[in-house]
Amino acid sequence: MLEIADLNAWYDESHVLHGMKFEVREGECVTLLGRNGAGKSTTLKAIMGLVPKRTGSIRFRGAELIAARPDTIGRAGIGFCPEDRGIFAGLTVEENLMLPPVVAPGGMSIADIHELFPNLRERAKSPGTKLSGGEQQMLAIARILRTGAKLLLLDEPTEGLAPVIVQQIGHMIAEIKRRGFTVLLVEQNFRFAAKLADRHYLVEHGQVVDMIPAHELAARAESLNQRLGI
Amino acid sequence: MLMILGKPAPLLFGQLLLGIINGSFYAMLSLGLAIIFGLLNVINFAHGALFMVGAFVTWGLLHYLGIGYWPAMVLAPVMVGAFGLGLERTLIRFTYKLDILYGLLLTFGLALVLQGLFTNAYGSSGVSYSAPDLLSGTLNLGFMYLPVYRGFVVAAAIIICVAVWFVIEKTSLGALLRASTENPALVQAFGVNVPRVIALTFAAGVALAGLAGVLAAPLYSVNPGMGTDLINTVFAVVVIGGMGSIGGAILTGFGLGIIQGFTEVYYPAASSVVVFAVMAVVLLARPAGLFGRAA
Ligand SMILES: Nc1ncnc2c1ncn2[C@@H]1O[C@H](COP(=O)(O)OP(=O)(O)OP(=O)(O)O)[C@@H](O)[C@H]1O
Ligand SMILES: [Mg+2]
Repeated sequence: MLEIADLNAWYDESHVLHGMKFEVREGECVTLLGRNGAGKSTTLKAIMGLVPKRTGSIRFRGAELIAARPDTIGRAGIGFCPEDRGIFAGLTVEENLMLPPVVAPGGMSIADIHELFPNLRERAKSPGTKLSGGEQQMLAIARILRTGAKLLLLDEPTEGLAPVIVQQIGHMIAEIKRRGFTVLLVEQNFRFAAKLADRHYLVEHGQVVDMIPAHELAARAESLNQRLGI
Repeated sequence: MLMILGKPAPLLFGQLLLGIINGSFYAMLSLGLAIIFGLLNVINFAHGALFMVGAFVTWGLLHYLGIGYWPAMVLAPVMVGAFGLGLERTLIRFTYKLDILYGLLLTFGLALVLQGLFTNAYGSSGVSYSAPDLLSGTLNLGFMYLPVYRGFVVAAAIIICVAVWFVIEKTSLGALLRASTENPALVQAFGVNVPRVIALTFAAGVALAGLAGVLAAPLYSVNPGMGTDLINTVFAVVVIGGMGSIGGAILTGFGLGIIQGFTEVYYPAASSVVVFAVMAVVLLARPAGLFGRAA
Protein backbone atom coordinates (compact mmCIF):
# COMPACT_ATOMS: atom_id res chain seq x y z
CA MET A 1 0.00 0.00 0.00
CA LEU A 2 2.83 2.40 0.93
CA GLU A 3 6.35 1.94 -0.44
CA ILE A 4 9.11 4.25 0.67
CA ALA A 5 12.45 4.11 -1.10
CA ASP A 6 15.58 6.21 -0.89
CA LEU A 7 13.71 8.90 1.06
CA ASN A 8 15.86 11.89 2.00
CA ALA A 9 14.62 14.93 3.87
CA TRP A 10 16.11 18.24 4.97
CA TYR A 11 15.22 21.04 7.36
CA ASP A 12 16.93 24.02 5.76
CA GLU A 13 20.58 23.00 5.86
CA SER A 14 20.31 19.94 8.09
CA HIS A 15 19.99 16.62 6.29
CA VAL A 16 17.81 14.42 8.54
CA LEU A 17 16.63 11.40 6.52
CA HIS A 18 19.30 9.48 4.64
CA GLY A 19 17.62 7.05 2.28
CA MET A 20 14.75 5.60 4.32
CA LYS A 21 13.34 2.40 2.83
CA PHE A 22 10.34 0.42 4.08
CA GLU A 23 6.87 -0.64 3.11
CA VAL A 24 3.44 -0.99 4.67
CA ARG A 25 1.02 -3.53 3.23
CA GLU A 26 -2.73 -3.16 3.23
CA GLY A 27 -4.31 -4.03 6.58
CA GLU A 28 -1.00 -4.12 8.44
CA CYS A 29 0.06 -2.24 11.53
CA VAL A 30 3.73 -1.36 11.15
CA THR A 31 5.86 0.59 13.61
CA LEU A 32 8.89 2.77 13.30
CA LEU A 33 10.98 2.35 16.43
CA GLY A 34 13.99 4.46 17.27
CA ARG A 35 15.68 6.74 19.74
CA ASN A 36 14.94 10.41 20.19
CA GLY A 37 16.01 12.33 17.14
CA ALA A 38 16.34 9.25 14.91
CA GLY A 39 14.04 10.79 12.31
CA LYS A 40 10.73 8.97 12.95
CA SER A 41 8.54 12.07 13.05
CA THR A 42 10.43 13.53 10.11
CA THR A 43 9.60 10.39 8.13
CA LEU A 44 5.88 10.86 8.73
CA LYS A 45 6.11 14.57 7.96
CA ALA A 46 8.04 13.79 4.77
CA ILE A 47 5.31 11.36 3.69
CA MET A 48 2.73 14.13 4.22
CA GLY A 49 4.83 16.68 2.34
CA LEU A 50 5.40 18.76 5.47
CA VAL A 51 9.19 19.07 5.32
CA PRO A 52 10.92 21.91 3.45
CA LYS A 53 12.76 19.53 1.09
CA ARG A 54 12.59 15.82 0.28
CA THR A 55 13.78 13.47 -2.47
CA GLY A 56 13.35 9.78 -3.26
CA SER A 57 10.14 7.86 -3.75
CA ILE A 58 6.86 7.67 -1.83
CA ARG A 59 4.43 5.38 -3.60
CA PHE A 60 0.92 5.09 -2.23
CA ARG A 61 -1.42 2.63 -3.95
CA GLY A 62 0.91 2.77 -6.92
CA ALA A 63 0.91 6.58 -7.27
CA GLU A 64 4.13 8.55 -6.79
CA LEU A 65 3.68 11.30 -4.17
CA ILE A 66 7.22 12.66 -3.77
CA ALA A 67 6.41 15.86 -5.66
CA ALA A 68 2.80 16.21 -4.45
CA ARG A 69 1.50 18.98 -2.20
CA PRO A 70 0.28 18.10 1.31
CA ASP A 71 -3.38 18.55 0.34
CA THR A 72 -2.99 16.19 -2.61
CA ILE A 73 -1.40 13.64 -0.30
CA GLY A 74 -4.22 14.02 2.24
CA ARG A 75 -6.79 13.68 -0.54
CA ALA A 76 -5.07 10.51 -1.77
CA GLY A 77 -6.27 8.88 1.45
CA ILE A 78 -3.56 9.23 4.07
CA GLY A 79 -4.66 10.46 7.52
CA PHE A 80 -2.10 12.15 9.73
CA CYS A 81 -2.01 12.41 13.52
CA PRO A 82 1.00 14.57 14.42
CA GLU A 83 3.23 14.17 17.45
CA ASP A 84 1.88 17.35 19.08
CA ARG A 85 -1.66 16.07 18.29
CA GLY A 86 -2.53 19.24 16.42
CA ILE A 87 -5.74 19.99 18.30
CA PHE A 88 -6.98 23.48 17.38
CA ALA A 89 -7.45 25.73 20.41
CA GLY A 90 -9.79 28.05 18.53
CA LEU A 91 -12.15 25.19 17.63
CA THR A 92 -14.54 23.21 19.77
CA VAL A 93 -14.16 19.46 20.13
CA GLU A 94 -16.93 18.96 17.60
CA GLU A 95 -15.37 21.43 15.15
CA ASN A 96 -12.02 19.70 15.52
CA LEU A 97 -13.70 16.39 14.81
CA MET A 98 -15.52 17.66 11.74
CA LEU A 99 -12.64 19.72 10.33
CA PRO A 100 -10.82 17.26 8.05
CA PRO A 101 -12.74 16.97 4.79
CA VAL A 102 -14.03 13.58 3.65
CA VAL A 103 -11.57 12.36 1.02
CA ALA A 104 -13.08 8.97 0.16
CA PRO A 105 -16.21 6.98 0.91
CA GLY A 106 -16.13 4.37 3.65
CA GLY A 107 -15.02 6.48 6.61
CA MET A 108 -16.41 5.78 10.08
CA SER A 109 -19.75 7.39 10.92
CA ILE A 110 -20.01 9.94 13.71
CA ALA A 111 -22.18 7.48 15.63
CA ASP A 112 -19.46 4.82 15.43
CA ILE A 113 -16.82 7.33 16.44
CA HIS A 114 -18.85 8.45 19.45
CA GLU A 115 -19.32 4.84 20.43
CA LEU A 116 -15.57 4.29 20.30
CA PHE A 117 -14.79 7.64 21.98
CA PRO A 118 -17.78 8.49 24.24
CA ASN A 119 -15.95 11.44 25.87
CA LEU A 120 -15.91 13.32 22.60
CA ARG A 121 -19.69 13.48 22.55
CA GLU A 122 -19.96 14.68 26.14
CA ARG A 123 -17.36 17.40 25.60
CA ALA A 124 -18.49 18.35 22.07
CA LYS A 125 -18.90 22.06 22.83
CA SER A 126 -15.77 22.66 24.87
CA PRO A 127 -12.65 24.14 23.27
CA GLY A 128 -10.44 21.39 21.83
CA THR A 129 -7.47 22.13 24.03
CA LYS A 130 -9.54 22.05 27.24
CA LEU A 131 -9.62 18.26 26.98
CA SER A 132 -7.18 16.13 28.95
CA GLY A 133 -4.08 14.90 27.15
CA GLY A 134 -5.59 11.47 26.60
CA GLU A 135 -8.85 12.89 25.28
CA GLN A 136 -6.95 15.17 22.93
CA GLN A 137 -5.07 12.18 21.61
CA MET A 138 -8.32 10.33 21.05
CA LEU A 139 -9.77 13.36 19.26
CA ALA A 140 -6.68 13.58 17.05
CA ILE A 141 -7.15 9.94 16.03
CA ALA A 142 -10.94 10.10 15.82
CA ARG A 143 -11.01 12.98 13.38
CA ILE A 144 -8.99 11.10 10.77
CA LEU A 145 -11.23 8.03 11.04
CA ARG A 146 -14.24 9.72 9.50
CA THR A 147 -12.52 11.05 6.38
CA GLY A 148 -12.31 7.78 4.49
CA ALA A 149 -8.49 7.76 4.65
CA LYS A 150 -7.42 4.13 4.87
CA LEU A 151 -3.77 4.59 5.83
CA LEU A 152 -3.24 6.31 9.19
CA LEU A 153 0.08 7.78 10.29
CA LEU A 154 0.13 7.99 14.09
CA ASP A 155 3.06 9.77 15.73
CA GLU A 156 3.65 8.58 19.31
CA PRO A 157 0.01 8.42 20.39
CA THR A 158 1.02 7.33 23.90
CA GLU A 159 3.58 10.04 24.59
CA GLY A 160 3.16 11.58 28.03
CA LEU A 161 -0.01 9.68 28.93
CA ALA A 162 -0.84 7.67 32.06
CA PRO A 163 -0.68 3.86 31.80
CA VAL A 164 -4.48 3.43 31.95
CA ILE A 165 -4.92 5.82 29.04
CA VAL A 166 -2.12 4.15 27.11
CA GLN A 167 -4.00 0.89 27.49
CA GLN A 168 -7.22 2.48 26.23
CA ILE A 169 -5.45 3.89 23.21
CA GLY A 170 -3.97 0.46 22.55
CA HIS A 171 -7.48 -1.03 22.49
CA MET A 172 -8.59 1.68 20.11
CA ILE A 173 -5.76 1.10 17.68
CA ALA A 174 -6.49 -2.63 17.76
CA GLU A 175 -10.12 -1.87 17.01
CA ILE A 176 -9.16 0.49 14.20
CA LYS A 177 -7.01 -2.23 12.67
CA ARG A 178 -9.83 -4.74 13.02
CA ARG A 179 -12.03 -2.38 11.03
CA GLY A 180 -9.63 -2.60 8.10
CA PHE A 181 -7.47 0.50 8.53
CA THR A 182 -3.76 0.28 7.79
CA VAL A 183 -1.59 1.90 10.45
CA LEU A 184 1.95 3.25 10.40
CA LEU A 185 2.77 3.84 14.04
CA VAL A 186 5.74 5.74 15.45
CA GLU A 187 6.52 4.58 18.96
CA GLN A 188 9.16 4.70 21.63
CA ASN A 189 6.99 2.59 23.90
CA PHE A 190 8.15 -0.72 22.65
CA ARG A 191 5.94 -2.83 24.94
CA PHE A 192 2.92 -0.93 23.67
CA ALA A 193 3.93 -1.37 20.04
CA ALA A 194 4.68 -5.08 20.53
CA LYS A 195 1.04 -5.90 21.21
CA LEU A 196 -0.28 -4.12 18.12
CA ALA A 197 2.14 -4.40 15.26
CA ASP A 198 2.75 -7.00 12.58
CA ARG A 199 6.24 -5.73 11.82
CA HIS A 200 8.70 -3.23 13.26
CA TYR A 201 11.32 -1.13 11.53
CA LEU A 202 14.23 0.09 13.55
CA VAL A 203 15.30 3.64 12.62
CA GLU A 204 18.74 5.06 13.39
CA HIS A 205 20.18 8.33 12.09
CA GLY A 206 17.56 8.74 9.40
CA GLN A 207 17.85 5.21 8.03
CA VAL A 208 16.04 1.92 8.50
CA VAL A 209 18.65 -0.41 9.98
CA ASP A 210 16.53 -3.47 10.71
CA MET A 211 13.14 -5.09 10.19
CA ILE A 212 11.68 -7.31 12.89
CA PRO A 213 8.54 -9.39 12.27
CA ALA A 214 6.25 -9.63 15.30
CA HIS A 215 7.03 -13.31 15.92
CA GLU A 216 10.77 -12.62 16.26
CA LEU A 217 10.27 -9.76 18.65
CA ALA A 218 10.38 -11.74 21.88
CA ALA A 219 13.64 -13.44 20.96
CA ARG A 220 15.27 -10.13 20.07
CA ALA A 221 13.80 -8.01 22.82
CA GLU A 222 17.01 -7.64 24.74
CA SER A 223 19.20 -6.38 21.92
CA LEU A 224 16.38 -4.12 20.80
CA ASN A 225 16.02 -2.60 24.24
CA GLN A 226 19.67 -1.85 24.18
CA ARG A 227 19.58 -0.20 20.78
CA LEU A 228 16.53 1.86 21.73
CA GLY A 229 18.24 2.91 24.94
CA ILE A 230 15.37 1.80 27.13
CA MET B 1 -34.69 72.91 25.00
CA LEU B 2 -33.93 69.56 26.58
CA MET B 3 -30.47 69.51 28.13
CA ILE B 4 -28.51 66.33 28.86
CA LEU B 5 -25.28 66.46 30.84
CA GLY B 6 -25.11 70.19 30.25
CA LYS B 7 -25.50 70.00 26.47
CA PRO B 8 -28.55 70.50 24.24
CA ALA B 9 -30.07 67.11 23.44
CA PRO B 10 -30.13 67.53 19.61
CA LEU B 11 -26.43 68.38 19.60
CA LEU B 12 -25.61 65.42 21.79
CA PHE B 13 -27.70 62.96 19.79
CA GLY B 14 -26.48 64.40 16.51
CA GLN B 15 -22.87 63.86 17.46
CA LEU B 16 -23.66 60.49 18.91
CA LEU B 17 -25.19 59.49 15.56
CA LEU B 18 -22.12 60.74 13.70
CA GLY B 19 -19.99 58.76 16.11
CA ILE B 20 -22.00 55.60 15.50
CA ILE B 21 -21.77 56.09 11.74
CA ASN B 22 -18.02 56.55 11.89
CA GLY B 23 -17.95 53.55 14.20
CA SER B 24 -19.84 51.54 11.58
CA PHE B 25 -17.06 52.13 9.09
CA TYR B 26 -14.35 51.49 11.66
CA ALA B 27 -16.02 48.19 12.49
CA MET B 28 -16.50 47.03 8.89
CA LEU B 29 -12.99 47.97 7.86
CA SER B 30 -11.22 46.64 10.93
CA LEU B 31 -13.18 43.40 10.54
CA GLY B 32 -11.68 42.87 7.07
CA LEU B 33 -8.24 43.81 8.34
CA ALA B 34 -8.53 41.40 11.26
CA ILE B 35 -9.61 38.52 9.01
CA ILE B 36 -6.80 39.17 6.56
CA PHE B 37 -4.21 39.57 9.28
CA GLY B 38 -5.37 36.40 11.02
CA LEU B 39 -5.00 34.17 8.00
CA LEU B 40 -2.36 35.86 5.84
CA ASN B 41 -0.34 37.55 8.56
CA VAL B 42 -0.33 40.58 6.29
CA ILE B 43 -1.12 44.04 7.62
CA ASN B 44 -3.11 45.25 4.63
CA PHE B 45 -2.30 48.92 4.26
CA ALA B 46 -4.19 48.96 0.97
CA HIS B 47 -7.47 48.37 2.81
CA GLY B 48 -8.42 52.05 2.88
CA ALA B 49 -7.56 52.46 -0.80
CA LEU B 50 -9.75 49.46 -1.67
CA PHE B 51 -12.56 51.03 0.35
CA MET B 52 -12.08 54.13 -1.79
CA VAL B 53 -12.12 52.00 -4.95
CA GLY B 54 -15.43 50.51 -3.78
CA ALA B 55 -16.91 54.00 -3.52
CA PHE B 56 -15.57 55.01 -6.94
CA VAL B 57 -16.86 51.79 -8.54
CA THR B 58 -20.30 52.57 -7.10
CA TRP B 59 -20.14 56.03 -8.61
CA GLY B 60 -18.70 54.71 -11.89
CA LEU B 61 -21.41 52.09 -12.26
CA LEU B 62 -24.01 54.85 -12.18
CA HIS B 63 -22.05 57.46 -14.09
CA TYR B 64 -20.84 55.27 -16.96
CA LEU B 65 -23.34 52.43 -17.07
CA GLY B 66 -26.45 53.80 -15.43
CA ILE B 67 -26.41 51.04 -12.84
CA GLY B 68 -27.90 52.26 -9.57
CA TYR B 69 -27.20 51.87 -5.87
CA TRP B 70 -28.86 48.54 -5.16
CA PRO B 71 -27.16 46.51 -7.90
CA ALA B 72 -23.92 48.31 -6.98
CA MET B 73 -24.21 46.91 -3.47
CA VAL B 74 -23.56 43.50 -5.00
CA LEU B 75 -21.47 44.42 -8.03
CA ALA B 76 -18.97 46.77 -6.41
CA PRO B 77 -17.87 44.34 -3.65
CA VAL B 78 -17.60 41.54 -6.21
CA MET B 79 -15.45 43.72 -8.48
CA VAL B 80 -13.26 44.94 -5.63
CA GLY B 81 -12.98 41.35 -4.35
CA ALA B 82 -11.94 40.11 -7.79
CA PHE B 83 -9.37 42.89 -8.00
CA GLY B 84 -8.11 41.86 -4.56
CA LEU B 85 -7.86 38.25 -5.72
CA GLY B 86 -5.72 39.43 -8.62
CA LEU B 87 -3.46 41.41 -6.26
CA GLU B 88 -3.10 38.40 -3.95
CA ARG B 89 -2.21 35.99 -6.74
CA THR B 90 0.21 38.29 -8.52
CA LEU B 91 1.87 40.17 -5.66
CA ILE B 92 0.86 39.66 -2.06
CA ARG B 93 1.32 35.89 -1.90
CA PHE B 94 5.04 36.30 -2.44
CA THR B 95 5.37 38.05 0.92
CA TYR B 96 3.94 35.24 3.11
CA LYS B 97 7.29 33.57 3.70
CA LEU B 98 9.04 36.88 4.39
CA ASP B 99 9.10 39.18 7.37
CA ILE B 100 5.75 40.83 8.08
CA LEU B 101 7.25 44.20 7.07
CA TYR B 102 7.39 43.19 3.41
CA GLY B 103 3.64 42.65 3.17
CA LEU B 104 3.08 45.93 4.96
CA LEU B 105 5.38 47.86 2.63
CA LEU B 106 3.93 46.21 -0.46
CA THR B 107 0.35 47.02 0.47
CA PHE B 108 1.38 50.52 1.53
CA GLY B 109 2.86 50.98 -1.94
CA LEU B 110 -0.30 49.58 -3.54
CA ALA B 111 -2.37 52.09 -1.57
CA LEU B 112 -0.26 54.97 -2.85
CA VAL B 113 -0.47 53.72 -6.43
CA LEU B 114 -4.26 53.34 -6.28
CA GLN B 115 -4.71 56.71 -4.69
CA GLY B 116 -2.39 58.28 -7.27
CA LEU B 117 -4.22 56.69 -10.20
CA PHE B 118 -7.59 57.89 -8.98
CA THR B 119 -6.27 61.39 -8.23
CA ASN B 120 -4.92 61.50 -11.76
CA ALA B 121 -8.23 60.46 -13.24
CA TYR B 122 -10.71 62.32 -11.05
CA GLY B 123 -8.74 65.00 -9.22
CA SER B 124 -8.34 65.16 -5.47
CA SER B 125 -11.70 66.77 -4.76
CA GLY B 126 -13.50 63.79 -6.20
CA VAL B 127 -17.10 63.30 -7.26
CA SER B 128 -20.45 63.15 -5.55
CA TYR B 129 -23.06 60.44 -5.37
CA SER B 130 -26.55 60.73 -3.95
CA ALA B 131 -28.46 58.23 -1.89
CA PRO B 132 -31.17 56.22 -3.64
CA ASP B 133 -34.66 57.76 -3.50
CA LEU B 134 -35.93 55.08 -1.18
CA LEU B 135 -33.41 56.18 1.46
CA SER B 136 -33.58 59.94 1.08
CA GLY B 137 -35.33 62.30 3.49
CA THR B 138 -35.34 62.42 7.27
CA LEU B 139 -37.26 60.76 10.05
CA ASN B 140 -38.47 62.63 13.10
CA LEU B 141 -37.59 60.48 16.09
CA GLY B 142 -39.01 62.97 18.58
CA PHE B 143 -35.69 63.76 20.25
CA MET B 144 -33.86 64.33 16.95
CA TYR B 145 -34.13 64.24 13.16
CA LEU B 146 -32.54 61.16 11.61
CA PRO B 147 -31.51 61.30 7.95
CA VAL B 148 -32.89 58.00 6.61
CA TYR B 149 -29.72 57.08 4.78
CA ARG B 150 -27.65 57.43 7.94
CA GLY B 151 -29.99 55.16 9.82
CA PHE B 152 -29.74 52.70 6.94
CA VAL B 153 -25.93 52.72 7.05
CA VAL B 154 -25.88 51.95 10.76
CA ALA B 155 -28.40 49.14 10.37
CA ALA B 156 -26.59 47.71 7.35
CA ALA B 157 -23.24 47.85 9.15
CA ILE B 158 -24.63 46.04 12.17
CA ILE B 159 -26.16 43.34 9.97
CA ILE B 160 -22.92 42.95 8.00
CA CYS B 161 -20.80 42.73 11.14
CA VAL B 162 -23.08 40.20 12.82
CA ALA B 163 -23.25 38.12 9.64
CA VAL B 164 -19.47 38.05 9.28
CA TRP B 165 -19.04 37.24 12.96
CA PHE B 166 -21.55 34.41 12.63
CA VAL B 167 -19.86 32.91 9.58
CA ILE B 168 -16.46 32.97 11.23
CA GLU B 169 -17.38 31.88 14.73
CA LYS B 170 -20.32 29.54 14.15
CA THR B 171 -20.05 27.78 10.78
CA SER B 172 -17.87 25.01 9.42
CA LEU B 173 -16.39 27.42 6.90
CA GLY B 174 -15.43 29.65 9.82
CA ALA B 175 -13.93 26.67 11.64
CA LEU B 176 -11.80 26.00 8.57
CA LEU B 177 -10.59 29.60 8.58
CA ARG B 178 -9.83 29.56 12.30
CA ALA B 179 -7.97 26.27 11.96
CA SER B 180 -6.00 27.57 8.97
CA THR B 181 -5.04 30.61 11.02
CA GLU B 182 -3.70 28.38 13.79
CA ASN B 183 -1.92 25.62 11.87
CA PRO B 184 -2.14 25.94 8.09
CA ALA B 185 0.29 23.08 7.42
CA LEU B 186 -1.84 20.53 9.27
CA VAL B 187 -5.07 21.77 7.68
CA GLN B 188 -3.43 21.36 4.30
CA ALA B 189 -2.30 17.84 5.18
CA PHE B 190 -5.95 17.02 5.87
CA GLY B 191 -6.58 17.65 2.18
CA VAL B 192 -7.57 21.32 2.13
CA ASN B 193 -6.11 23.56 -0.55
CA VAL B 194 -4.97 26.17 1.96
CA PRO B 195 -3.38 28.56 -0.56
CA ARG B 196 -6.75 28.80 -2.27
CA VAL B 197 -8.52 29.37 1.07
CA ILE B 198 -6.04 32.16 1.79
CA ALA B 199 -6.55 33.82 -1.60
CA LEU B 200 -10.33 33.69 -1.28
CA THR B 201 -10.16 35.02 2.27
CA PHE B 202 -8.15 37.98 1.10
CA ALA B 203 -10.70 38.56 -1.66
CA ALA B 204 -13.55 38.36 0.86
CA GLY B 205 -11.84 40.74 3.30
CA VAL B 206 -11.24 43.20 0.52
CA ALA B 207 -14.80 42.80 -0.80
CA LEU B 208 -15.92 43.83 2.67
CA ALA B 209 -13.89 47.03 2.26
CA GLY B 210 -15.56 47.49 -1.13
CA LEU B 211 -19.00 47.06 0.44
CA ALA B 212 -18.13 49.67 3.07
CA GLY B 213 -17.15 51.88 0.16
CA VAL B 214 -20.61 51.45 -1.38
CA LEU B 215 -22.24 52.46 1.90
CA ALA B 216 -19.90 55.44 2.17
CA ALA B 217 -20.43 56.79 -1.36
CA PRO B 218 -23.66 58.74 -0.67
CA LEU B 219 -22.43 59.80 2.76
CA TYR B 220 -19.02 61.31 2.17
CA SER B 221 -17.55 62.95 -0.88
CA VAL B 222 -16.16 60.20 -3.12
CA ASN B 223 -12.51 61.20 -3.39
CA PRO B 224 -9.14 59.46 -3.70
CA GLY B 225 -8.10 60.35 -0.16
CA MET B 226 -11.26 59.11 1.59
CA GLY B 227 -9.67 55.76 2.50
CA THR B 228 -6.45 57.21 3.88
CA ASP B 229 -8.38 59.54 6.18
CA LEU B 230 -10.23 56.62 7.66
CA ILE B 231 -7.60 53.92 7.70
CA ASN B 232 -5.31 55.52 10.27
CA THR B 233 -8.10 55.43 12.81
CA VAL B 234 -9.04 51.91 11.70
CA PHE B 235 -5.53 50.68 12.40
CA ALA B 236 -5.78 52.17 15.88
CA VAL B 237 -9.09 50.30 16.28
CA VAL B 238 -7.48 47.02 15.27
CA VAL B 239 -4.61 47.55 17.68
CA ILE B 240 -6.94 48.48 20.54
CA GLY B 241 -9.29 45.57 19.86
CA GLY B 242 -6.47 43.10 19.53
CA MET B 243 -5.07 41.86 16.25
CA GLY B 244 -7.05 39.00 14.80
CA SER B 245 -10.07 39.12 17.12
CA ILE B 246 -13.28 39.32 15.09
CA GLY B 247 -15.73 40.22 17.84
CA GLY B 248 -13.14 42.59 19.30
CA ALA B 249 -12.77 44.46 16.02
CA ILE B 250 -16.53 45.01 15.80
CA LEU B 251 -17.07 46.15 19.39
CA THR B 252 -14.00 48.35 19.39
CA GLY B 253 -15.00 49.94 16.06
CA PHE B 254 -18.43 51.00 17.29
CA GLY B 255 -17.12 51.88 20.75
CA LEU B 256 -14.43 54.19 19.47
CA GLY B 257 -16.81 55.88 17.06
CA ILE B 258 -19.08 56.65 19.99
CA ILE B 259 -16.21 57.89 22.17
CA GLN B 260 -15.14 60.14 19.31
CA GLY B 261 -18.69 61.47 18.98
CA PHE B 262 -18.86 62.42 22.66
CA THR B 263 -15.44 64.03 22.54
CA GLU B 264 -16.69 66.15 19.66
CA VAL B 265 -19.43 67.46 21.96
CA TYR B 266 -17.43 68.08 25.11
CA TYR B 267 -13.97 68.89 23.85
CA PRO B 268 -13.94 69.17 20.05
CA ALA B 269 -10.24 69.96 19.87
CA ALA B 270 -9.42 66.46 21.12
CA SER B 271 -11.76 64.54 18.84
CA SER B 272 -9.12 63.58 16.30
CA VAL B 273 -6.58 62.43 18.87
CA VAL B 274 -8.84 60.72 21.38
CA VAL B 275 -8.59 57.42 19.54
CA PHE B 276 -4.83 57.46 19.76
CA ALA B 277 -4.95 58.44 23.43
CA VAL B 278 -7.18 55.43 24.06
CA MET B 279 -4.76 53.29 22.07
CA ALA B 280 -1.82 54.41 24.19
CA VAL B 281 -3.66 53.68 27.43
CA VAL B 282 -4.89 50.27 26.27
CA LEU B 283 -1.47 49.24 25.02
CA LEU B 284 0.10 50.19 28.34
CA ALA B 285 -2.45 48.14 30.27
CA ARG B 286 -2.97 45.27 27.82
CA PRO B 287 -0.29 44.97 25.15
CA ALA B 288 -2.30 42.33 23.25
CA GLY B 289 -5.30 44.65 22.97
CA LEU B 290 -8.66 44.52 24.70
CA PHE B 291 -9.83 41.28 23.09
CA GLY B 292 -6.51 39.90 21.84
CA ARG B 293 -5.18 36.55 22.89
CA ALA B 294 -1.79 37.10 24.51
CA ALA B 295 0.90 36.67 21.88
N1 LIG C 1 11.64 21.72 12.48
C1 LIG C 1 12.92 21.26 12.56
N2 LIG C 1 13.95 22.05 12.15
C2 LIG C 1 15.22 21.62 12.21
N3 LIG C 1 15.59 20.39 12.66
C3 LIG C 1 14.62 19.56 13.08
C4 LIG C 1 13.23 19.96 13.05
N4 LIG C 1 12.49 18.93 13.52
C5 LIG C 1 13.37 17.95 13.83
N5 LIG C 1 14.64 18.32 13.56
C6 LIG C 1 15.85 17.50 13.76
O1 LIG C 1 15.71 16.35 12.94
C7 LIG C 1 16.17 15.21 13.63
C8 LIG C 1 15.08 14.15 13.64
O2 LIG C 1 13.97 14.63 14.37
P1 LIG C 1 12.61 13.83 14.51
O3 LIG C 1 11.65 14.74 15.16
O4 LIG C 1 12.25 13.24 13.20
O5 LIG C 1 13.03 12.67 15.49
P2 LIG C 1 12.14 11.56 16.18
O6 LIG C 1 12.72 10.27 15.79
O7 LIG C 1 10.71 11.78 15.90
O8 LIG C 1 12.44 11.85 17.70
P3 LIG C 1 11.45 11.84 18.97
O9 LIG C 1 11.41 10.45 19.43
O10 LIG C 1 12.15 12.73 19.95
O11 LIG C 1 10.14 12.38 18.55
C9 LIG C 1 16.59 15.65 15.02
O12 LIG C 1 17.98 15.80 15.03
C10 LIG C 1 15.93 16.99 15.19
O13 LIG C 1 16.71 17.85 15.97
MG1 LIG D 1 9.12 12.37 16.97
